[in-house]
Amino acid sequence: MAETKYTEEHEWIRVEGDVGTIGITQYAQEQLGDVVFVDVPAAGRTVAKGEACAVVESVKAASDIYAPVGGEVVESNAALADSPGDVNAEPTGKGWFFKLKLADKGELAGLMDEAAYEAFVKSLG
Amino acid sequence: MRYLPLTDADRREMLSVIGAKSVDELFRDVPASARLAAKVGGLPDHQGELEVERAFQGFAAKNLSPAAAPFFIGAGAYRHHVPATVDYMIQRGEFLTSYTPYQPEITQGTLQYLFEFQTQVTLLTGMEVANASMYDGSTGTTEAVLMANRVTRRHKALISGGLHPQYRSIIETTAKWEGFTANFAKTDAEGLEDLIASVDRDTSCVVVQNPSFFGHVRDFTKLAQACHAAGALLIVVVTEVVSLGLLMPPGEMGADIVVCEGQSIGNGLGFGGPYVGLFATRDKYMRQMPGRLVGETVDADGQRGFVLTLSTREQHIRREKATSNICTNAGLCALAFTVHLTLLGEAGFARLAELNHAKASQLADKLAAVPGVTVLNDSFFNEFTVKLPKPAAEVVEALAAKRILGGLPVSRLIPNDPSVANLLLLAATETATEAGMDPLVAALKEVL
Amino acid sequence: MVQSLDRSQGRAGSISSGSANTHGTFTGNRALQIEEPLIFEMGQAGRCGVDLPEPPPKSSGVKDRLNGLRRKGAIGLPGLSEPQVVQHYTRLSQKNYAIDMGVYPLGSCTMKHNPRINEKVARLPGIGDLHPLQPVSTVQGALELIDSLAHWLKTLTGMPAVAMSPAAGAHGEMCGMMAIAAALEAKGERAQRRTVLAPESAHGTNPATAAALGFVVKPIPANDRGRVDLAALKAALGPDVAAIMLTNPNTCGLFESEIVEISKAVHEAGAYFYCDGANFNAIVGRVRPGDLGVDCMHINLHKTFSTPHGGGGPGAGPVVLSAALAPYAPYPWIVKNGDKWQIAEDGAKVDGMPLGRLKAFHGQMGMFTRALAYIMSHGADGLRQVAEDAVLNANYVMAALKDVMSPAFEGPCMHEALFDDSFLKDTGVSTLDFAKAMIDEGYHPMTMYFPLVVHGAMLIEPTESVAKEDLDQFIGALRSLTAKARTGTAADDFKAAPLYAPRRRLDETLAARKPVLRWKPSNNPPGTDPLKQAAE
Repeated sequence: MAETKYTEEHEWIRVEGDVGTIGITQYAQEQLGDVVFVDVPAAGRTVAKGEACAVVESVKAASDIYAPVGGEVVESNAALADSPGDVNAEPTGKGWFFKLKLADKGELAGLMDEAAYEAFVKSLG
Repeated sequence: MRYLPLTDADRREMLSVIGAKSVDELFRDVPASARLAAKVGGLPDHQGELEVERAFQGFAAKNLSPAAAPFFIGAGAYRHHVPATVDYMIQRGEFLTSYTPYQPEITQGTLQYLFEFQTQVTLLTGMEVANASMYDGSTGTTEAVLMANRVTRRHKALISGGLHPQYRSIIETTAKWEGFTANFAKTDAEGLEDLIASVDRDTSCVVVQNPSFFGHVRDFTKLAQACHAAGALLIVVVTEVVSLGLLMPPGEMGADIVVCEGQSIGNGLGFGGPYVGLFATRDKYMRQMPGRLVGETVDADGQRGFVLTLSTREQHIRREKATSNICTNAGLCALAFTVHLTLLGEAGFARLAELNHAKASQLADKLAAVPGVTVLNDSFFNEFTVKLPKPAAEVVEALAAKRILGGLPVSRLIPNDPSVANLLLLAATETATEAGMDPLVAALKEVL
Repeated sequence: MVQSLDRSQGRAGSISSGSANTHGTFTGNRALQIEEPLIFEMGQAGRCGVDLPEPPPKSSGVKDRLNGLRRKGAIGLPGLSEPQVVQHYTRLSQKNYAIDMGVYPLGSCTMKHNPRINEKVARLPGIGDLHPLQPVSTVQGALELIDSLAHWLKTLTGMPAVAMSPAAGAHGEMCGMMAIAAALEAKGERAQRRTVLAPESAHGTNPATAAALGFVVKPIPANDRGRVDLAALKAALGPDVAAIMLTNPNTCGLFESEIVEISKAVHEAGAYFYCDGANFNAIVGRVRPGDLGVDCMHINLHKTFSTPHGGGGPGAGPVVLSAALAPYAPYPWIVKNGDKWQIAEDGAKVDGMPLGRLKAFHGQMGMFTRALAYIMSHGADGLRQVAEDAVLNANYVMAALKDVMSPAFEGPCMHEALFDDSFLKDTGVSTLDFAKAMIDEGYHPMTMYFPLVVHGAMLIEPTESVAKEDLDQFIGALRSLTAKARTGTAADDFKAAPLYAPRRRLDETLAARKPVLRWKPSNNPPGTDPLKQAAE
């Protein structure tokens, strides 16, 4: 059973077994506008929780993506190189960024569930 | 004052709209201790155009213009003929007095010539992508090293002994204050340096110059292969861009980044600046490039147009994470370059290069016949090094006293190195004449 | 869906395409607006815009010394005759807005009049054609010229030294911050002082420069008057702080009224005060930064001292230095020995510890010449008037628009007036739309969305070069646009703007997603490849 968690930096992580898929939320893609480029980490790289490991760019802005939890990158979304617009069209689907083999599932506990994230977004006005 | 349109009546009326009694009131946020009650003291008052022009003629009269003397100096700045059209075009107010094309709808002129410039640079260098120019070749070279450090995530650059000594100095300064390692190969006046054995798994890049500072023309294909095998980048620097009309382009040798000083095309000597840096690389490194980029797109009517693009690399968006702190390029110098190169075209550029090589060959042959002079170079484009029987600095001064600008004593740029004390670097471009070479030869025979 | 690029614009009316176009004319032109292809779409083999002599024939005995590295293939440059080149670039020039055409109120850029006497003197034989490495005995006048400008800059700023070589403002920042690093190193404090403070409203170059030198940039907040929050600054100062980077007047167009307290606190904490001099035009001749406790400040000669902006450079960024930083100025140093000028270059002994070298040769001489001509034209009296008129014009704009637009802070402002976008609330019109509508009124828009601390910022810097009647028309145009926006029904019109510029709004998303950064032969639509046509 997949569970999805959220960060205050507007990333989501969907965990199946010990692998988490990571992307940015609908709210984040709306704030960014048309995404023109995504720089994703290479498979094999080990990242720590909170480490800047990807970059998403619109015409006028560039944002770092932080690893919601630590682990080893097992796959990154190569299709985004040719179609960065997927992040706008399907931020939680085709627009995923990379997959992590989780180092410590316990780190998920600090993240928000869907209801908490929705409330968080509302609080931003 | 001729540049200030406001009249005293205007100023009074405007103050009343603002609701201030005096201009002083508008400066009330300035701490009282720092307000100057009157103009800054000890400086002259305004002058008319006539007086200003006269003052500059006074400065000029104390210099020896290269046009008034046999002239053979190069070393990173070259005297070429620039067609009158070039200077006319860059003085058109629409180019001269426009700024960075932030509003593409009303700056298509600037954007299109920069797109043409970028294309010309890729063609000359044999590379895939070029930016809209750097300050000059010297600063561009250091930016290339920083870029290679980013691309490779390594921090050790290897710098050739054939690179322009001032370019080496800038890298040294940057390495010291920005925190990376730069290893400098020893001065290579003979053109025999082989850096392949020095490239290792920590090397971010190797920086070479072609033709080298001392004029030697080298093939860096094997060095490029060695760099790539070690995961390093090869940076090829060209200070005389006219050489690319005759020589194999660095891109064909496998260079990863090519930096050129573009002054030779379109831009006068100007006592060292402003010049224009050309910066080209491979498509795969496009997003690690410093500087501005112009790209093609369409407007709301579907018409082709150009815009500044990929600006998320730059300081105004990325701030402390930018690829470089640079925010200007050398726009007008890039225009001069583009107009001149367009006038030359394929045929003219190739012929200009042939002429330069022929003139330098002629000069080398004449100098080789002077007793005591040895030409060090087997190969060169329009510049070469000779060894004299005595310190070159003295010789150059003696020549200057005879109103001959007879080359650069290498010791001026590489001081405190006895091995270069007797070396003289000479260049001959299409502007050199036999009527200038013969007095040089005669004078050398006298002073040596 | 990504749009495909329509590359048939090159020669709309050529026989090969000949189809209708947006303007309904055969050529695609609209009177004085001529559609212009790229040079690569125009060239023909056999044309050339220069006449050069024949190189000596191979038989002449002059041998080839190219080490076997002669270029093999063609370069691919197009061939055009001189009249074609003149027409091409003249037509391109007519697609540009420029200071020579009218009000160019680009905040923070100081788009003032560029006098042509500057251009003339920069081209005088004996100035414009000097080689930087001529024997020093043959360039005495050039060195005296540089020293004259240096003297003006030091006197106007009240600072004891100036480094002339930086090529632009950002390069000057690098120079100044390196000098600070060098001074810290000399005191043995470089490892300890790793933090640089900069207000959130700073130019992007400030954090970029500090970060490049390995400093950690810590933002300091502004107070509700748009100035540095002195208490917050004092709290941030400590033994880890190397410097503060502060623009003054600041990027909101306001003078930092507590600047003396700021510099005092910074110095008491053992740190240095870097002043970004981008806005010196507001205070030249009225305030000397040296009197404010500044340790170093770059001067953008293309802003305050009128050297041409040239479509984005070349600039020049000399850096004035306090006595504490002067010993660390980079090579070259121009020094006078008796009655002879000399250049101290790399390795030469000087009365200091130069931080190294930042640029080949001696700096942007062509810009020095122009700036000095401008300065001498104005004199000490005229420069003071420049600052006063620049500040007066900006305050006049602010006063004449404050009832219909929304000033971000209470005045008086200095040389630029900052508005936020609250006056556009609920109109459906954005800052961008408003700016694009100004284009149709014949103006270059103001700086938009900078500084970042103000929502939808619009930064208007008229400069002293604009006559009152031109300013009145500009104000009238902006008032008319605000009235139109407030009708609440004009959002679509604003979004369609500009209608009358050489191009409508350009698709920047497409440009960034599929970067096309150079022309390639395959860019041409079938049948229009000029190289092929030439062959046929």
